[in-house]
Amino acid sequence: MTQEPLTVPAAHWVDEHRQQRLAVREGLAVGLATAAYGVSFGALSVAAGLDIWQTSFISIVMFSGGSQFALIGVLAAGGVAAGPAAIASAALLGVRNGIYGMRTAPIVGSGLWKRLAAGWITIDESTAVALAQPTSRSRRVGFWVTGLAVFIGWNATTLLGALIGDALGDTRAYGLDAAAAAAFVGLLWPRLKRMQAIAVAVAAAVVAATLTPVLMPGLPVLVAALVAVVVGLFNWLGAPARPGTAATRQGLRS
Amino acid sequence: MTLWQIIIAASIAVLALKLAGYLVPPALLAKPTPSRIADLLTVALLAALIAVQTLGSGQALTLDARIPAVIVAAGLFAIKTPFIVVVIVAALVAAGLRALT
Repeated sequence: MTQEPLTVPAAHWVDEHRQQRLAVREGLAVGLATAAYGVSFGALSVAAGLDIWQTSFISIVMFSGGSQFALIGVLAAGGVAAGPAAIASAALLGVRNGIYGMRTAPIVGSGLWKRLAAGWITIDESTAVALAQPTSRSRRVGFWVTGLAVFIGWNATTLLGALIGDALGDTRAYGLDAAAAAAFVGLLWPRLKRMQAIAVAVAAAVVAATLTPVLMPGLPVLVAALVAVVVGLFNWLGAPARPGTAATRQGLRS
Repeated sequence: MTLWQIIIAASIAVLALKLAGYLVPPALLAKPTPSRIADLLTVALLAALIAVQTLGSGQALTLDARIPAVIVAAGLFAIKTPFIVVVIVAALVAAGLRALT
């Protein structure tokens, strides 16, 4: 009841304006934080045997951290022979972006070029910031500002990291292989809030490690992905999921 | 396959998946199973990549400086340390242990 004065049009406009400013600020902050670890991708990519052009090409066209780290991770372990598995790992990790796109499409609106550009920058960060905003305008602002800030920052720091990695030489001596593993831990950590996710993570890690000596590089990761399909299909250890609730929103923050 | 072909194919595949999200009817999201599988798929792939990146060297399993580095990283993420700090500390732990041994 005491909130009533806020609903008059003038105050509402001020509020709307404030929401958009907050969305811009949040987007820029996320962009800055994400850009910081573009350096590690650039350096690790060069360490995996890619050149600076190839590294930058991935950051521009693929533009999805998890898939990028997966691609160079498998290539580092198995070389060009593991190419098909590397492509499959990157693509499977990219499936979630497609799910995000279904949720951000109504925020972005219609128009071919607008949707093409929006699709390109549909990632964990832009989706999370957009969906966290309270009004439809601030959602749109949050989506575009975050996506563009991350795109620019990520590509600039990828190049920087590739140049640094190129200058370092023997990257194992600098612990960059451990840094790659740590980066994956950072991507996984925010997703381990529910028992089902934790169980899947443990089982997938065990399957991948066990199969490493048996299968060619890259394949153990793909076989481990089947754990998710089986557990997800039968919803073992899961709460009775309702559409659009925690189950679908859980994976957004990273 | 050359390295460039792998890079281009993977990049286009990931980009195409993003764009596909804007073409698929949103009704698909109303079904809980596909989105649950997609969520868990991400978890499984990341966990498998951690295992391979920490223990694998080619097709062999080895125990080396990466293991303490990853444990330290997990501990730091648990107390909400910023991503880039954790990645740098993990590299330092592994590099330091290797320099000592």
